[in-house]
Amino acid sequence: MALLEVDDLRTSFHTRNGVVRAVDGVSFCIDRGETLGIVGESGSGKSVACLSLLGLVPQPPGRIEGAGAVLEGIDLLRCPQEVLRGIRGRRIAMIFQDPMTSLNPYMTIEEQLMEPLLIHEKIGRAAAARMALQALQEVGVPEAEQRIRSYPHQFSGGMRQRVMIAMALIGKPDLLIADEPTTALDVTVQAQILDLIAQQQRQRGVAVIFISHDLSVVAGFCDRVMVMYAGRVVETADTRTIFREPKHPYTRALQRSRPAMQAKGAELCVIPGLPPDLSRPVPGCAFAPRCEFAVADCGRTEMRLQDVGAGQASACLRVQRGELTLQ
Amino acid sequence: MPVTATASPALAADAVEPGRSLWQDAWARLRRNRMAVIGGVVLLVLTALSLFGPLFLAYSYEEQNLGLGAAPPSAAHLLGTDKLGRDQLARLLFGGRVSLLVGLAATSVSLTIGVLWGSIAGYAGGKLDAVMMRIVDILYALPFTIFVILLMTVFGRNFILLFVAIGAVEWLTMARIVRGQVLALKRQEFIEAAVALGLRKRRIVLRHVVPNVLGPVMVYTTLTIPAVMLLEAFLSFLGLGVQPPMSSWGLLIKEGAEQMEEAPWLLIYPAAVFAATLFSLNFLGDGLRDALDVRASKD
Repeated sequence: MALLEVDDLRTSFHTRNGVVRAVDGVSFCIDRGETLGIVGESGSGKSVACLSLLGLVPQPPGRIEGAGAVLEGIDLLRCPQEVLRGIRGRRIAMIFQDPMTSLNPYMTIEEQLMEPLLIHEKIGRAAAARMALQALQEVGVPEAEQRIRSYPHQFSGGMRQRVMIAMALIGKPDLLIADEPTTALDVTVQAQILDLIAQQQRQRGVAVIFISHDLSVVAGFCDRVMVMYAGRVVETADTRTIFREPKHPYTRALQRSRPAMQAKGAELCVIPGLPPDLSRPVPGCAFAPRCEFAVADCGRTEMRLQDVGAGQASACLRVQRGELTLQ
Repeated sequence: MPVTATASPALAADAVEPGRSLWQDAWARLRRNRMAVIGGVVLLVLTALSLFGPLFLAYSYEEQNLGLGAAPPSAAHLLGTDKLGRDQLARLLFGGRVSLLVGLAATSVSLTIGVLWGSIAGYAGGKLDAVMMRIVDILYALPFTIFVILLMTVFGRNFILLFVAIGAVEWLTMARIVRGQVLALKRQEFIEAAVALGLRKRRIVLRHVVPNVLGPVMVYTTLTIPAVMLLEAFLSFLGLGVQPPMSSWGLLIKEGAEQMEEAPWLLIYPAAVFAATLFSLNFLGDGLRDALDVRASKD
C-alpha cells in the first residue's frame, strides 16, 4: 500500500479578482522510500499542492478541497487540526527554498533543532540536545559541538540548508517534502545538498517529494517524475522514460529549453507565450495555446491523465489518440 | 576596545562560547558600546541622586526664604535659590523624582497596552485587526492638548491623571510599531517553517514572534521615556501638569525661562540635567538596539 495517496486535490484562492485555481485536480501516490519529483515552471501549483497537504495554505483566502489525501489511513484534508499538527514535522517534514530566512535569527541552532523533538516526543532537554548534536553531525556540519550553539547568521547558506535538513529529519518522518531546496544556493553547494538529501534518504528509507523547476536536478535524483502545468498534472512516468520518450509536448518543450541541450552559440529554445491566467476557467488543455502540435480539438476537450505506456500517463489529447509521437 | 585582525578570531570564538543566551550576548555587546555605557551610568547616577539626594540636604523643596529671594549659587545654596528663596538643588533633585517617575510609569503603561494591542491585532489579522487599528486611528486623531485639558477639567488636577493622560497617548505609536513588526514576521519563512514543524500557535508567538519583536520594542521604549518626560515638561509649562510647590524638571525649566535674564542659574541647571537625561536615554536606546540585534555580532 502506498504511503500517501492524493486523489483529485484542488486548491483555490478566493481573491477579489476571482477564484484562482492554483491546483486543479492533482492525483498521485508515493510509496515508502520512493522519490517523486514534481516539475513545472513558476506558478504551476507544485508548491501549493504540497503546502495544501499539510494545511499550510492560509485559509482564507485559500480553500483546499479534494477526494482525499490519505497518509496510511489518515485523510489529511479532513482530519482535525490537532491531528494534522501532530503529523507536521513528525510524519511529514518539509524543507523550504530559502535557508537564509527559514531559521529564526533569535534562536541558536541547538534550540531550533531540539524544538521538533520537544513538542512531538516525550523526551527531556538533555536527551534532545544529544540528538540535536548527532543530527547536526550527520548532515556534515564540521565542528558541530561548537557550532551548535551559534546563531543562524553565523552559518553560510549551504550550512543553513544542512541545518534545515537536520531539523526536518530529526523527528524521523516518513515523508520529506523538499520545496526547491537548492534554488537559493550556489551551484557548487547545490550538488552537496542534493548528495546529502540522497544519502539521508537511502540511509533512512524516507520517502521524498522533490519539487523543482530544474529538470536536470530531478533527473539525477528521482525515481518518478510528475510534470505540472497550470495547476494540473500533464505527465507522469519514471524518470528514465520521461527523459527518453516524453509523452506530452510540454515535457518535451521543457527539456528542449535546457541550455545544456543546445549547441554552443545556437539560440536558446524557449516556449513561446505565457502560462494561462488561472483566475479564469481554462477550456481544454491548458498548454494548447503554446503548443506547436495543438489542433482545434485541444482547446475544447477536457483532458485527464491516461495511461499511454508502462507506468506512463499523459494528458495530451493527440498522444492519447495515437496521433503524435514525440522524441 | 581594539578591533584588529588579530582580535577578530577571538571575538568569533567567544560568539560560540557554550551556554550563552540571547541576553548574555546582548549584555556583552552593550558593554562594548562606550556611549551606551556612559548613558546608562549617567542615568543611574541621576536616579540615585533624585531618590536619595534630598535626604542629605539641609533644605526641603518647599521651604521658603522670602528674605533671600533669587540668590545666585553660593556655599549655602549650591545651585542658588528661586524667587521665593527655595533651594534650587533640593527642587532639582525632588523634581527628578517626579520626572523620572512620570517617564517610567507612563512608559510602562504605553508599553503594556501597546505591545498587547499591537501583537493581538497583528497576529489575529482580519476583522479584529481592522477594528483594533481603527480605534488607534481615532485616538490618534484627537489633539493631545485638548484631550489632556479635558481630562484635567473633568477630573481635576491629579498627579496620577498625568500618567494616564501621557500613557494613553504614547501607547498608540507602540501598538502600530508592534503590529507592523508582527505582520512582517507572520510572513517570514521561519514562522511558516515552525508551523510546518507542528508547533502550537502559542508556542510560535512566545518563542518565535515575541523575541523577534523585542529589539524594536526595547528601542522604542527608550525613546518613549524622553518623549514622555518632554510631554510632562510641556504640560507643566502650560500649567496643566505638576503644580508648585511640587517640582519637576519641566516645571523648573518653565520657571527658569521666565526669569532667565535676572537669574540664569534657574534655567541653566534644570535644562542641563534634563538634556543630559535625554541624551543618555537616546544613547542607551541606540546601544540596546545594536546589542539586541544578534545579526550585528558578526563583526
